[in-house]
Amino acid sequence: MPSKRILITGLSTFWGGRLAQALERDPEVETVIGVDRRPPKVELARTEYVRVADRRSLIRRIVEAAEIDTVVDTRMVVDSIVTGRRVAHENNVIGTMNVLAACGGPDSPVRKVVFKSSAHVYGAEQDDPAYFTESMRRRHPPRTWLERDIVEAEDAVAEFAARHPDRTVTALRFANSLGRGVRSAPMELLGLPAIPAILGFDPRVQVLHRDDLAGCLEHAVRHDLDGPYNCAADGVLVLSEVASLLGKPLAPVLPPWGTGAAAAAVRQVGIRLPPEQLNLLRFGRALDNRRFKATGYRFRYTTRETVLALRREQRLEPFVDRRAAYRYEEEVEEFLRRSPSVRAASQAPADEPPANRPPGSTGYDGLRAEELMRLLPSLDRSDLEALREHEAGRAGRATVVGAIDRLLAAQR
Amino acid sequence: MAGDERASTLGGEAGGLPATTSDLRELLPGLEPERRVTDWGRSERVEGLLDRTVSEFLYRIWFRVDVEGIEHVPSEGGALLVSNHAGALPPDAPMIAKAVKEEHPHPRPVHLTVEHFFKGYPGFSMLLPKIGAVPAHPANVHRLLYDEQQLVLVFPEGRKGTEKLYKDRYRLRRFGRGGFVEAAMRAGAPIVPVAVVGAEEAAPAFAQFKLLQRLTGLLYVPLTPTFPHFGLVGMAGYLPAKFRIRFLPPVATDQLGDEPWEDKALVQSVAHEVRATIQAELFDMLAERESVWFG
Repeated sequence: MPSKRILITGLSTFWGGRLAQALERDPEVETVIGVDRRPPKVELARTEYVRVADRRSLIRRIVEAAEIDTVVDTRMVVDSIVTGRRVAHENNVIGTMNVLAACGGPDSPVRKVVFKSSAHVYGAEQDDPAYFTESMRRRHPPRTWLERDIVEAEDAVAEFAARHPDRTVTALRFANSLGRGVRSAPMELLGLPAIPAILGFDPRVQVLHRDDLAGCLEHAVRHDLDGPYNCAADGVLVLSEVASLLGKPLAPVLPPWGTGAAAAAVRQVGIRLPPEQLNLLRFGRALDNRRFKATGYRFRYTTRETVLALRREQRLEPFVDRRAAYRYEEEVEEFLRRSPSVRAASQAPADEPPANRPPGSTGYDGLRAEELMRLLPSLDRSDLEALREHEAGRAGRATVVGAIDRLLAAQR
Repeated sequence: MAGDERASTLGGEAGGLPATTSDLRELLPGLEPERRVTDWGRSERVEGLLDRTVSEFLYRIWFRVDVEGIEHVPSEGGALLVSNHAGALPPDAPMIAKAVKEEHPHPRPVHLTVEHFFKGYPGFSMLLPKIGAVPAHPANVHRLLYDEQQLVLVFPEGRKGTEKLYKDRYRLRRFGRGGFVEAAMRAGAPIVPVAVVGAEEAAPAFAQFKLLQRLTGLLYVPLTPTFPHFGLVGMAGYLPAKFRIRFLPPVATDQLGDEPWEDKALVQSVAHEVRATIQAELFDMLAERESVWFG
């Protein structure tokens, strides 16, 4: 069943905002609602923003009142430099529990939950396989509080999926993502004049371009994918290769023994090197992304291309004006969304106009029967079938359904 | 050379495998010609440099390697090379890889499997993947054999082989728990037994220092003709024994019924058979050998 009424938690996160932008461009999508503690950081045309944290009762009221069929949970904190331990735990473990509870229950309208998780569920250890597949479990208990929280959150998602076999529950395990706007320890470390490394180690590195991260989330909304999926770019580099692609020297400043203590010292001079990155710097990690690719998604950037794109952005860094960023003004946004004087079509930037769709319409439901009839012969078989299902489930106009049936019979 | 490897990755022919599984092999990452390092961390530059210098010297001059039965190594598709193992810093692995490269009509890269220990030890962790070593994880072997259709070299004796003393030379240790047979069966790849004579005399170990081993955290610290009294360099101080490498006829694993790896008795008996083949061949080669140094 296609997702039409979508709730995004964590709208203020980079990917939450990007996903909302992508979804609101699609006329098939009726409603996009975003919730977060903080206002969105990107310009949105018709996404509605509700300032609410992950309180179960409040989200549940929104879900029920708006008849949300798909919840996309992008709140997950996957990097310990973003926030403190307590806030992260509250967000990742308790928040996830609350969001899931708001989607549960036999009478809930929610049919699909997409959960943004992290490759940190696998950890990085000496006896790990070179590529993790989704069916592998980590063989050692989590080493850091962040990993522990992420594992706990994913367990809660798996439990929710087991209790609700009739719903699609997707967990996307993302590799570290790179790109301007992403706030994370890898971004900071790669932004240093020399790339810190552990002496005697050259770990394998796999990342994901920020555009692909948003693309993966959108793909999961548009398709029904059940279970966990690895999302990481094609290709695995070694750290020395990353450094040379960035045109920077590799600095093996961390000793192989007593690395934790040395990292603490490094933190004192202002370089943020969180504990969950230490084992990645030692053993590295790579994911087998083929299960996700088998669902039809093609990653736009390889790991190498992601790093090269980062290099271009780093060169531009000194010239970019950070203050020019979008600022959410509640009254203006409300005016743009609600006032009858605003022409909705001019707001939505139609970068990627969907094929086979009449311009300016808000979906098939906005079309009169005659308009629809004229359109039918141009559609192919799968579209016709989808449309028939849609029409039968909604307006149920006999003339339209009959015409589709005739066309389908003729094509058979 | 690493370039060839990536190209064959894309080839991905089924090689007589059952077409029951939905084929994820077509979704393997594509080739990036600008890269000099593979996704496994194998570096064309480092490997090429060592190959042209150290390996070339050892192969041609120092060990004067004789190779027989190279035709038993398949030209395409995954295959598991299984060999006996000896020496503190075993010279047999690179010599087998070099033999396939030099003597085979279609030279192919060989992936050596090594203990996980090396991934965690500074220095080794950086260098070994660069020359084609891969941690001996069943998932790694499966991906190489089945998905990427590569040649993989395993030493089922593991460290029991490399830490054995000179007095036990050419007597094969237990072949693990038959994990290598299981891996080959799952991938439907043939097993090519390999017998190597010469490595035991090139790097003999006369004793093991248990205390030093514990202090350094290494796998073992042996007493060899050159180690420890010549320092760490002494680890690679090989004696110029004559090497003879014999590749034996492959053992097929794809005609043993459905999911043969579930049958542990069958796995054990194939493992035993491979071990017996190599052991018999070793005794045969030792009987023929007239001199340790001249063959």
